[in-house]
Amino acid sequence: MTSDVRRPPRRSFFGALGPNELKGLFWQVLVVGIAVAVVLFLWSNTVTNLSARRITTGFAFLGREAGMPIADSLLTYNPRDTYLWAFVVGVANTLRVAVIGIVLATILGTLIGISRLSANWLLSRLAAVYVEVLRDIPLLLQLLFWYVLMQALPAARAAWRPVEGVFLSNRGLILPAIPVGSPQLRVLGTAVLGCAAFFVIRRWLVAQQMRDGKPRPAWPFALGLIVVLPAAVSLLFGVPWKIEWPELRGFNFVGGLTLAPEYFALLIALVTYTSAFIAEIVRSGIQSVPRGQWDAASALGLRRSFMLRQIILPQALRVIVPPMTSQYLNLTKNSSLAVAIGYQDVVSIANTTLNQTGQAIEAISLIMAVFLTISLGISFFMNWYNARIALAER
Amino acid sequence: MTVITGMPDVPRAARRPQIGNPVLRWLRANLFSSIPNGILTLVLLAVLAKGVIGFAQWGIANAVLLTPANDSAACKAVRGLGACWAIIPEKYRFILFGTYPFDEQWRPALSVVLFIALFYLSTRRALWRRELGFIWIGALALISVLMWGGVFGLSFVSQDRWGGLPVTLILATFGLAFGFPLGILVALGRRSKLPAIRSLSVLYVELIRGVPLVSLLFMASVMFPLFMPAGFNIDKLLRAQIAIILFAGAYLAEVIRGGLQAVPRGQYEAADALGLSYWRKHRLVVLPQAIRHVIPPLVNTFIAFFKDTSLVLIIGIFDLLTTAKTAIIDPAWQQFSVEVYIFVAAIYFAFCFAMSRYSRSLEATSRR
Repeated sequence: MTSDVRRPPRRSFFGALGPNELKGLFWQVLVVGIAVAVVLFLWSNTVTNLSARRITTGFAFLGREAGMPIADSLLTYNPRDTYLWAFVVGVANTLRVAVIGIVLATILGTLIGISRLSANWLLSRLAAVYVEVLRDIPLLLQLLFWYVLMQALPAARAAWRPVEGVFLSNRGLILPAIPVGSPQLRVLGTAVLGCAAFFVIRRWLVAQQMRDGKPRPAWPFALGLIVVLPAAVSLLFGVPWKIEWPELRGFNFVGGLTLAPEYFALLIALVTYTSAFIAEIVRSGIQSVPRGQWDAASALGLRRSFMLRQIILPQALRVIVPPMTSQYLNLTKNSSLAVAIGYQDVVSIANTTLNQTGQAIEAISLIMAVFLTISLGISFFMNWYNARIALAER
Repeated sequence: MTVITGMPDVPRAARRPQIGNPVLRWLRANLFSSIPNGILTLVLLAVLAKGVIGFAQWGIANAVLLTPANDSAACKAVRGLGACWAIIPEKYRFILFGTYPFDEQWRPALSVVLFIALFYLSTRRALWRRELGFIWIGALALISVLMWGGVFGLSFVSQDRWGGLPVTLILATFGLAFGFPLGILVALGRRSKLPAIRSLSVLYVELIRGVPLVSLLFMASVMFPLFMPAGFNIDKLLRAQIAIILFAGAYLAEVIRGGLQAVPRGQYEAADALGLSYWRKHRLVVLPQAIRHVIPPLVNTFIAFFKDTSLVLIIGIFDLLTTAKTAIIDPAWQQFSVEVYIFVAAIYFAFCFAMSRYSRSLEATSRR
């Protein structure tokens, strides 16, 4: 009665493996076995099918001449270039939509999220309607809608001019621009270096303040490094900052920066759609900061901007950043809908390649590889940022 | 006995004096609380009025509501000034049902009604019992009979003639019906102690979530035939359906995983103490609680997923968006695509808005 309460565990046939471990091993072998069998089955079918259709596998086709036209690209391209270069151009086009889209969607979404919390009833209602309508209609439908609207715009001769120098027509949006060559790049480079130096100095200033509690103003450094230094470089080298105004000559525009209708429609659709989701994230983030924090900050007599920057935002960001990451990823992945309106992003170019060469597996794996890389890059960066701002407990 | 009134515990004197017309008071508090706020209100009102008047002029005052069949002359006359709603009565049967045989279109129409009834029943909390599963199986079987026919005197209609709203509802519903159990399995796999199963689940979820749905659909339409033995050919709609199920599975798995993490450890331990097996523990104790935790995000995933079925347009499947896009290829009506898109957007909106309202009401009741 007492002796067998604490009997040592029975040694099983498999030595150290108890019945639970054995069961676990069985399940793992079973699941992995099934997965391997499925992959082998698909692989052998694919090999047979490819040889039956006389398709050679491999990425050798990337070196061949692509021969496809790319209307709107960031990098220089002509149809004599290789498929590899066409893909690179496609990736650049995808990034051009994604990066600018993310920046604009964040700004617009934040504005709308804050508007939803406004004390002004009309503003908060309008923001709510905006969010609700845009969230409940498929992005592809919105994209087609914007594209149709772009095509219905007047011809170049009768273009709309909302502001002097800005033209909106069925050729797209044309903006005045400053042509950037190497002298201008030198100035911009100085500004970037100045920003980097400023961040290092600011960290040092904050560390000093942490030590002795004396606040040290950072703005003189900012002014010197980010404004005065590049301005000095610009003056020293006599860099021309000439704005190039677009003008209508014949049937088309000359000069300025042209956003093609496809690009512009895609950008509008992605930005407005994503901004509706970002607005909700921003709103819930701000609402997650307890009222007491606002009250406590005002009781201390802090200025409103200081209060927002140092007390409210750091707490709201903890709630905002993780879902924001998914929205950035979604926007990037959604840019693949470009294929529906003929903006040549990486998906669209891969699709054309697939139709021209029949290299389906290679083309689709290239798409997937590109997006997996971008996704991992964005999540890596956002996770790093998130870890930086996360609540440090114990 | 004292009667408890709904008054909050605030001293009466601290409240603002309640004088004046209630309407004016409301206006003052909500629209004109300060001078900048008042200016903002006026600007917004002006913009809103301009927008509403512009839309009313285009959509109502100058619009053409009906024209003789196949005649878009009246619409062309008001082009640019007014909407051509006449395209909707002209094309709605095609937009809603695609190329389904014209005389048989009551069958997809009835299927749509059945789908809506099924969704409605699924939102009733009182019905969240095992019987609901049987209702689902029965209704889906009935819908299959209606759509395909070939029995009970209904003529057979092959899958490539299906189109429009029923296809959208089929893709979404079957995607959920199969994606949900798949998602549960993957979520359990991701939290499993067995390293091989865990890494397979992680690989699956991250792979599917890291790439756009478009690439999965391309894979289904272009690569799937290469994967299968020669002579084994499955329908394009079914291939897209498989891609959508795999896609839904990965996203639902992450939501369910969140729910599983929210179930307190004590619940697992109590189930273990009762000597329940792994599957019984999850089926009887863990999953019911986990899923209850994540119903609002689940509904949000459903909405996202319902909208995403429209992407099958890219591989040429005739869902609601594709039929809409096809309807305006007709040269006579080509210029009136905005009206058709608004019509289709309203249908999508109705479904998604109903779901999001429902999700919000669930959140409100679960918070209590």
